[in-house]
Amino acid sequence: MSQTSGKGTDYESSLKDSDTSIAAFELKHRGALGTAQHFLHGNPTMVPVIVLLISVVVFGVVSPNFFSAFNLSLIMQQVAIVGILAAAQSLVILTAGIDLSVAAVMMMISVIMGRLSVEVGMPVPISILIGLLCGAGTGALNGLLVTKVKLPPFITTLGTWNIFLALNYYFSNRETIRSQTLDAEAPLLKLFGERFNLGGAVLTWGVVLMVVIFGVLWFVLNRTAFGRHIYAIGDDKEAADLSGIRTDRTLVAVYVLAGVICAIAAWASIGRVGSISPQSFFEANLESITAVVIGGISLFGGRGSILGPLIGAIIVGVFNSGLRLAGVDVLWQLFATGWLIIVAVAIDQWIRRISA
Amino acid sequence: MSEKPTPVLQGRGIVKHYGRVTAIDRSDFDLYPGEILAVIGDNGAGKSSLIKAVSGAVVPDEGDIKLNGKPVKFTSPIEARDAGIETVYQQLALSPALSIADNMFLGREIRKEGFLGKYLRMLDRAQMEKVAREKLNDLGLMTIQSISQAVETLSGGQRQGVAVARAAAFGSKVIILDEPTAALGVKESRKVLELIQDVRSRGMPIVLISHNMPHVFEIADRIHVHRLGKRLCVIDPKQASMNDAVALMTGAKKPEASMEAA
Repeated sequence: MSQTSGKGTDYESSLKDSDTSIAAFELKHRGALGTAQHFLHGNPTMVPVIVLLISVVVFGVVSPNFFSAFNLSLIMQQVAIVGILAAAQSLVILTAGIDLSVAAVMMMISVIMGRLSVEVGMPVPISILIGLLCGAGTGALNGLLVTKVKLPPFITTLGTWNIFLALNYYFSNRETIRSQTLDAEAPLLKLFGERFNLGGAVLTWGVVLMVVIFGVLWFVLNRTAFGRHIYAIGDDKEAADLSGIRTDRTLVAVYVLAGVICAIAAWASIGRVGSISPQSFFEANLESITAVVIGGISLFGGRGSILGPLIGAIIVGVFNSGLRLAGVDVLWQLFATGWLIIVAVAIDQWIRRISA
Repeated sequence: MSEKPTPVLQGRGIVKHYGRVTAIDRSDFDLYPGEILAVIGDNGAGKSSLIKAVSGAVVPDEGDIKLNGKPVKFTSPIEARDAGIETVYQQLALSPALSIADNMFLGREIRKEGFLGKYLRMLDRAQMEKVAREKLNDLGLMTIQSISQAVETLSGGQRQGVAVARAAAFGSKVIILDEPTAALGVKESRKVLELIQDVRSRGMPIVLISHNMPHVFEIADRIHVHRLGKRLCVIDPKQASMNDAVALMTGAKKPEASMEAA
C-alpha cells in the first residue's frame, strides 16, 4: 500500500497504532430484573417453560386432583390435536405468514378419509393416503396463491378457509359417521385414539404422534438447509432472495408440508373424537395460533423455536384443566386464555427491548 | 494496457428501460483479469443498474454479456452466482436472526457425509463453522466474538466484513462490491479496503462501485466513469486527478481522446 500513500488524504496513518484487543466493556450491575431479561433474551424458549411450570405448581396446590396421572394424561390427550395443528401453523408463521385454513383442512380431510372408507368402500390405508395427498393439495393451493398470485397469506387462507369449510359440508352431506360404523368398517382410522399404559399414565398414540411431529420438525428447522431457509425467508425475504435461496419454491414447500401435517391431524382427530363430524374442531383454528403465540414464535416471522408451540399448547390445556378442576365456569377459561396471549406477547416485546 | 487480454466480464450495447425511464443506454463494460475496476458516476447515472445487469439481478432489454469470452444470459442472481460471479449488495443480503456461519453458507450449505447427510439432509454444522471462522480470520475480522452469534448483534462494519468474506469465499471468477464502505467508519473502511486488495492479490478481478474518491483512487487499477446511462470513458488513476474524475462524471469536462481508448 506504500506506493499509493499520498494519493488519498493522510487521515488514516494513525490507524496502525490503534487498539487491537477484543472489545471488552465494564459490566454494569443489572439487578434481578435486568438479569432475568438477559437470560430470557438468550433463551427465548424459557418463557413458555417458566409459565408452564408456574401454572402447573399453582393448579397443583389449588386442586389436589390435578397431579393425578389420569388428569395429566387427559390434558395431553386434549392437547394433541391442537398441538399438531400448531406445528403446521408454526411453519407458516415462521415464514412471516399465517394459515387460517388449518382447522378447515383438517375437518375436510377427516370427512374425506371417512367417506372414502365407509361409503365408497375403499381399503382404509388407500383412503388415508388419498387424504394425505389432499392435504398436500390444499397446501399447494395456498402456497401457489401466496407466491405466484402474490396474495398476502392472511387473505389467501381467509379465502381457502371458507372454501374448504364449504367442501367439508359438501363431502359430508352434513352427516356424522358414527363411532360404531367406524369400529365395524374402518377401525384403522381410530388408531390414534387407542390408549396404552405408561407407568400408570394412560396415553394415546395421538399424543405420541404429536411429540414425534415436533421432534421431526425441530430437526428439520435446526439441522437442515431447508429449515435455515425458512427462518431466513421469515426474517427478510428480499435478503434471502439475493443470497440465492429459491424463496418461492421454499414457501410452496412450507405450505404443502403444513397441509400434510393438517391431514395427519385429521387422522388423529378421528381417534380423539371417535366419530367423524363436520362440526367438530371449529375453535381449533384460533387455538393453534394461540399456542404458537404463547410459545414465543413471532408473528412477524423468522424468530422462535418450534418447541415453543408444543409448550404453548400444553399451557392452554393446563389452564383449561386446572380451572375446571377448581370448579371455575368455562367462560373464565376463555378469559384466562385471552390474558395469557396478551401477557405472552407483552413479555416477548419486553425481552426484545433489551438494553445493556 | 497496451495488449489487451480477453475480458473476464464484458458487456456490449446493454440497454435497460424501466417503463419510460432509460436506466442503461447502450452501455459497454469491460473487466480484465486480476484488476480492480472502479465504477463511478453521479447519482442516477445508472451504475447500480449496469452492475445488476451483469450480475443477473435485472435482465437487460438489449445487449450482449460475455463471461471469459463466452456469451451468457443470466435471468437471476442465482445463475450468475453459479457461474462464479459473487455480488455484495448495498443492503448486504444477510439474515439478521441467523448466525454468522449460517449466513455465510446460506443457499449452499454443507451437508454431512453418508446416511445422515444424504437421506436426513443433515447439515455439517461443525464444518461450516470451521470454514466460516477460517474465512473471517483470513480477512482479519477478529473482533467477532463467536461464529454462532446472530448477525443482528454485529456492528455495521462487521456485517460488511461477513458479506465480503462470503463473496470472497465463494466467488470463483468475479466479485462485485456495491458501495462497500458507504456505511462504515474510518477503521472499518480501511479493513474493507485491505480485504479488497487481499482478494485481488489472489488473482480475483473485482468491480467496485463507490462514491468515495480517495478510496477509488487508492485501490483501483482503472476507473469506469458512468454518465447518463452509458460509459463515458475509462481513466487511469495514476494519470488523472480526482478533480478530473469528478469533472467528467458531472459533465463539467469532456473526455479526451486518449481516455476513450483506455
